[in-house]
Amino acid sequence: MSTRATTESPIMRAVLITVALVFLGFFLLLPLLAVFSEALREGAGPFLDALHTPDALAAIRLTLLIAAISVPLNMVFGIAASWAITKFQFPGKALLITLIDLPFSVSPVVSGLIFVLLFGANGLFGAWLAEHDLKIIFAVPGIVLATVFITFPFVARELIPLMLEQGKDDEEAAISLGANGWQTFWHVTLPNIRWGLLYGVLLCNARAMGEFGAVSVVSGHIRGETNTMPLHVEILYNEYDFVGAFAVASLLALLALVTLVAKTVLEWRFGLHAGARH
Amino acid sequence: MSTSTWRWRQPSVLPGFGLSFGFTLAWLTLIVLIPLATIFLKAAGLGWAEFVEVGFSERAMAAYRLSFGTAAAAGLVNAVFGLVVAWVLVRYNFPGKQVVSALVDLPFALPTAVAGIALTALYAPQGWIGQFLEPLGIKVAFTWIGITIALVFIGLPFVVRSVEPVLADLGRDVEEAAATLGATRWQTFTQVIFPAIGPALLTGFALAFARGVGEYGSVIFISGNMPGRTEIAPLLIVTQLEQYAYAGATAIAVVMMLASFAVLLLINLIQAASRRRMGA
Amino acid sequence: MIHLRGITKRFGDYPALHGIDLDVAPGEFIALLGPSGSGKTTLLRIIAGLEFQDSGTVLLGGDDVSRTPVADRHVGFVFQHYALFRHMTVADNVAFGLSVRRGKGRLPKAARRARAEELLRLVQLEGLGPRYPGQLSGGQRQRVALARALAIEPRLLLLDEPFGALDANVRKDLRRWLRDLHKQMGLTSIFVTHDQEEALELADRVVVMNQGRIEQIGAPDAVYMNPETPFVSHFVGETNRLPAPGGEIHFRPHEITLAADGAEALLVDNVFRKGAVWRAEGLLEGSGQFVELDLPSSGDAPQLGQTIRFHPHRARVFNPNGDQTQGETR
Repeated sequence: MSTRATTESPIMRAVLITVALVFLGFFLLLPLLAVFSEALREGAGPFLDALHTPDALAAIRLTLLIAAISVPLNMVFGIAASWAITKFQFPGKALLITLIDLPFSVSPVVSGLIFVLLFGANGLFGAWLAEHDLKIIFAVPGIVLATVFITFPFVARELIPLMLEQGKDDEEAAISLGANGWQTFWHVTLPNIRWGLLYGVLLCNARAMGEFGAVSVVSGHIRGETNTMPLHVEILYNEYDFVGAFAVASLLALLALVTLVAKTVLEWRFGLHAGARH
Repeated sequence: MSTSTWRWRQPSVLPGFGLSFGFTLAWLTLIVLIPLATIFLKAAGLGWAEFVEVGFSERAMAAYRLSFGTAAAAGLVNAVFGLVVAWVLVRYNFPGKQVVSALVDLPFALPTAVAGIALTALYAPQGWIGQFLEPLGIKVAFTWIGITIALVFIGLPFVVRSVEPVLADLGRDVEEAAATLGATRWQTFTQVIFPAIGPALLTGFALAFARGVGEYGSVIFISGNMPGRTEIAPLLIVTQLEQYAYAGATAIAVVMMLASFAVLLLINLIQAASRRRMGA
Repeated sequence: MIHLRGITKRFGDYPALHGIDLDVAPGEFIALLGPSGSGKTTLLRIIAGLEFQDSGTVLLGGDDVSRTPVADRHVGFVFQHYALFRHMTVADNVAFGLSVRRGKGRLPKAARRARAEELLRLVQLEGLGPRYPGQLSGGQRQRVALARALAIEPRLLLLDEPFGALDANVRKDLRRWLRDLHKQMGLTSIFVTHDQEEALELADRVVVMNQGRIEQIGAPDAVYMNPETPFVSHFVGETNRLPAPGGEIHFRPHEITLAADGAEALLVDNVFRKGAVWRAEGLLEGSGQFVELDLPSSGDAPQLGQTIRFHPHRARVFNPNGDQTQGETR
């Protein structure tokens, strides 16, 4: 029973909750359910078969590889950037933070375009690369680059507010007790930020595995070689192999669900802010 | 007392500045700045006439109208319903609230291509929902409506997550004050609560809008991609690229980026002006 | 003007108020005084209608408002942290109560603006109408809050620790100013505070509360000079407490007579200045207990090792149940 005298009538509350739930159910839940439903439309057999094709397996392997490279890289970067920004005073911080946010505000297609302009056959470095027989565009390195660009801000964006809030006191105490930089970071800072770091890494990973637009532009869609899982979904769909497309899609959807569950657990354990700042 | 020399940064007790800052700057330059500069360099190399011809062609204009228009429409829908969702999550308790809160982040976590094919499956003429709308003459898939729906999906978390913390921080005493002064609940909402969360709502809208303009994966399946009708600007860039029309692709990309930047700048300026006016 | 009968309130398992009865006459300035958790703020909010009591009745000016929503009670409320509408100008804040009125009582815009100006003059913030709350100092904001509450011509003014968020100096000034305003307007007012100095200075009557119950109601002087319970005796003013046959004996520092033939004696172990009194600590002759004794600082400072002989010329004795067994002189 609400003791607050300043809240909506119970009817109004029920109406608002219903509206919110119906809206969410319609726009968010339904698509999610559709993925699994379509994937299993013809039963478990065809579903599993679709996941076992050589192309599908290659796509899964490539996706995992991309994530395995870009996530750690951006994690290191994120930590370095957050350390520099939150523990020190220097002019131009706001500019730096804006620059870090840049990949967020650029369309994924434009991100891909950028790398094509740089490393494509007619690009800035195109001639040089051809000379040395190096392929970036339409090859795996290009995909890695594009993914790194896209997922660049995730870890930093999580850590910066967190570390700002935590301040420098702990680190300064450690230094005064004789610890060096690495020891301080390892034994003092890292334990403090570990949940925020995990959260940022989770989001980074989800995006790295699921990125479509940018990767689509740089990959060349070469089956079995430069197809990530999202790209494979597109190919199958365009060939009207719906079960196949949704089967692979459902793996990605499962990944999304795991990410959400992990995120909820982390928030509950650590009391993170309600996912703001994205 | 010696005159103080200008220091670029304050000396600090903590070590590692050189390393962390240097690495940050290097990575940033390599991964972000150089690539972005290329776009503008390339566009600059086009020459004005060609830039205008390709960047503002009939087909391009139609694409801009579509991308910006649907992003704005979706942003508005999200502003309204996102506010309701945020309100319900912050103010009320109900069974399954945790699940609902996690669900709000689904568009962040779900790959865009997956969302794209799922939405198409729902709204295509034989789809779960499409089959009911078809006899009513309502076409969703392969029209701007379908695109808007996809963008609503994409943009929702931006609005909800922008508004939630502000709503949570809003002291109840302001609402109580309004009540003691005789305001009805509706008057309190429109005159006291809503203006207080306005800036956050606007920020959420801006983020959803910016994301919607550049969205690719979740839209291209449901849109049908008909030039002049349902071809979004990012797709136009891709088709230009596939035809090796680099100039065209770059021009359109630059126009999109500048337009988005202008919108975001405008919104930021409005927010800053209103903050200044109210004193801090 | 206000009649409360049997007000009871629980928050979940926590009992906030136990059957409170209170009568306030028109034009009175009442202080609800007590430590945190005493229920004073809860009681104030129940009178306002911001909380609803579990049982009991609330009468305002003859009307039974026990279940009336806050918006219909016509009560002015001033919050501890001002609760000003940050996105509205000061003038719009003050006029808010008038602008939300519908129907017969609604004034035209010009009249509303004039009234807001009038009130800003009253609280000595003339000309600050176009400013925003963010541009004002704490003391100014509180006065805006007051003007805003007065704008609706309430029958009753309620203040919840109105000066709690302000600096000590500003608090003193505003206290005096509020007292003068009350004299001028004669509006029935109740304010909540944990600062007994404030309560004693401002109120016509003080209601001392503790753990959801009223301990004593009376004029400031009466509450100070004749506390009826050990809690009131201890909470209001400086109090010396010594063991006595039958319980405890309470007396103020200025109720001590130093005399060579005094019935009590304290062997001073430690002494220091504490505000307006000397605090001496040591063993009490007779019971041998270690006690603290406050003496008026107008006298000489006690010396270490000195034996102070004294007796209270005026005191209250309370038995372990908290009842007073003997009052006045001893």
